[in-house]
Amino acid sequence: MTAPILDANFALNVALLLMLVVLAFAVVRTRSLLAAILLLTVFSLVSATWLMVMDAADVAFTEAVVGAGISTIVALGAILLTRGEVVRVNWKRQVVPGLLAVIVGGMLIYAVSALPDFGDPASPANSHVGRSYLETTKHDIGAPNVVTAVLGSYRGFDTLGETVVIFAACIGVALMLGFGPRATLAPAVDTLGDHHVVLRVVAKLLIPLIILFALYVQFHGDLGAGGGFQAGVIMAVAIILHALVFGLRDTMAAVPARVARTVAVLGVVLYAGVGIVCIANGGGFLDYDYLFTPQVEAMIPPGLLGDPDHVHHWGQHFGILFIELGVLMTVAATMVTIFYGFAGRTVDAIEARART
Amino acid sequence: MLIGAGVAGLVVAMSLMIVRAIMGPSHYDRILAANSFGTKTVLLLALMGYLFGRPAFLDIALVYALINFVTTIALMKFFRYRSLARPLTAAAGENRADG
Amino acid sequence: MVDALNWIGGGFIVAGALLSILGAAGVLRFPDVYTRIHAASLTDTGGATLMLFGMGLLGPFGLITLKLFLVWGFVMLTSPAASNALANAAYSSGHRPRIGNFQIVGDDEPEPSSKGAP
Repeated sequence: MTAPILDANFALNVALLLMLVVLAFAVVRTRSLLAAILLLTVFSLVSATWLMVMDAADVAFTEAVVGAGISTIVALGAILLTRGEVVRVNWKRQVVPGLLAVIVGGMLIYAVSALPDFGDPASPANSHVGRSYLETTKHDIGAPNVVTAVLGSYRGFDTLGETVVIFAACIGVALMLGFGPRATLAPAVDTLGDHHVVLRVVAKLLIPLIILFALYVQFHGDLGAGGGFQAGVIMAVAIILHALVFGLRDTMAAVPARVARTVAVLGVVLYAGVGIVCIANGGGFLDYDYLFTPQVEAMIPPGLLGDPDHVHHWGQHFGILFIELGVLMTVAATMVTIFYGFAGRTVDAIEARART
Repeated sequence: MLIGAGVAGLVVAMSLMIVRAIMGPSHYDRILAANSFGTKTVLLLALMGYLFGRPAFLDIALVYALINFVTTIALMKFFRYRSLARPLTAAAGENRADG
Repeated sequence: MVDALNWIGGGFIVAGALLSILGAAGVLRFPDVYTRIHAASLTDTGGATLMLFGMGLLGPFGLITLKLFLVWGFVMLTSPAASNALANAAYSSGHRPRIGNFQIVGDDEPEPSSKGAP
């Protein structure tokens, strides 16, 4: 495997950034909303590639899955009831916002010139807390993926906050858009009249594979790129694929909206519950070293993880496992609830609800 | 070096696809361009895994190969049928019979 | 021996990239949605096969080879299905293929005599 020379890396960066600029201009200038959503999908893909060039695997993973996957689908749901075209604004009204954008952009570019070099080991981000995390992860937690270690253990409280924010989004969407169409109001099981046999067979093959892959990403979060957030989104995408091909009614029979909401709640409860168990056993909130009482830890066979030296990491490993499970449950259920809320909206459904 | 040439080739192909995505007179052209762009991104992610010596990137390529399909189906279904909820398959009875 | 494998793998990768460029050029230059779908899906799966095979020859054999095989499997499964669905949707919405003589330059202008009949 060869290492890239400096010029090639620079050329790749320039090419990707040029693509981003071109795409951004195209998104702003296009008249059709569907084209804008499509171009934003491509934009997210190029961003994910560029994040990979900068060696940020977890962030690139999340960008590819969320930005180019679920964002597109939810945005399509959002424009289901709108006109497909953008209303053209008189150019005179665009002068002041344009000037504002140019001024703010100029200030940002000026600020960027004062930032330290990319990957500079002496920069503030890499020298104090960041370096200490890199040095102590192996001893404290024993997980190879430092990102998951920081996310799950060192800054576990932050991640609890993120999970609660996602749950709040779930509640917000459910309150505003309704809890998804009830079975009686769901669109009747008439088909669209075309024959999509190939899609049906391929979807039947793919849906279990995608769910399996979501579980793989979930449990390999502390070994490679991955984790609870990405796995939750992938699992939601599998359920959305089922809804797209087989109809929302069948999907809501398989994964009812009430089940989705309950699972979202249980995810947050699991996460916070782990923290409370740690308090009950004598440590701080989310201090995984106190997750197991010494009696429980004595019962774990020491050869399970491979060598007896790793026994004192059991609390950390199980702690991160449980909270990632909580994150998976909340994120998947939230995305499914949001999809149900948007996709069930058709003009007929709204009129039917207005009549009753 | 050959991997670098592969990366350069893919980037060129992706740029051409972007042109079609922006230009395409009908939306089917654009959806096709987005799908093709996604497949090329999968290949580019796998190649960059080799270039930077990180096998973890293959997971990202694998995931996006699956998600690209779902995004394309969603876009196509939205544009063609203007609904995300109605089933795409043939008659309901036939669907239920074979599970 | 390992060197030879590296060179052969690299050759496959470059061949795959070349095929992708040809496909992208086809998508740009072909006159109609259906011909563009044909160009894109053919060269996507062909280019992906060549590239993934080349990468399989290059790298350490083991888990990575399995993952590359899985990527190949998923691309072969989903890309033709998506193209089929797209062509199906385009046809069923009334979009008919262009038949007859046409100029490649200015390909999106309506031709006076060659709109195909269903």
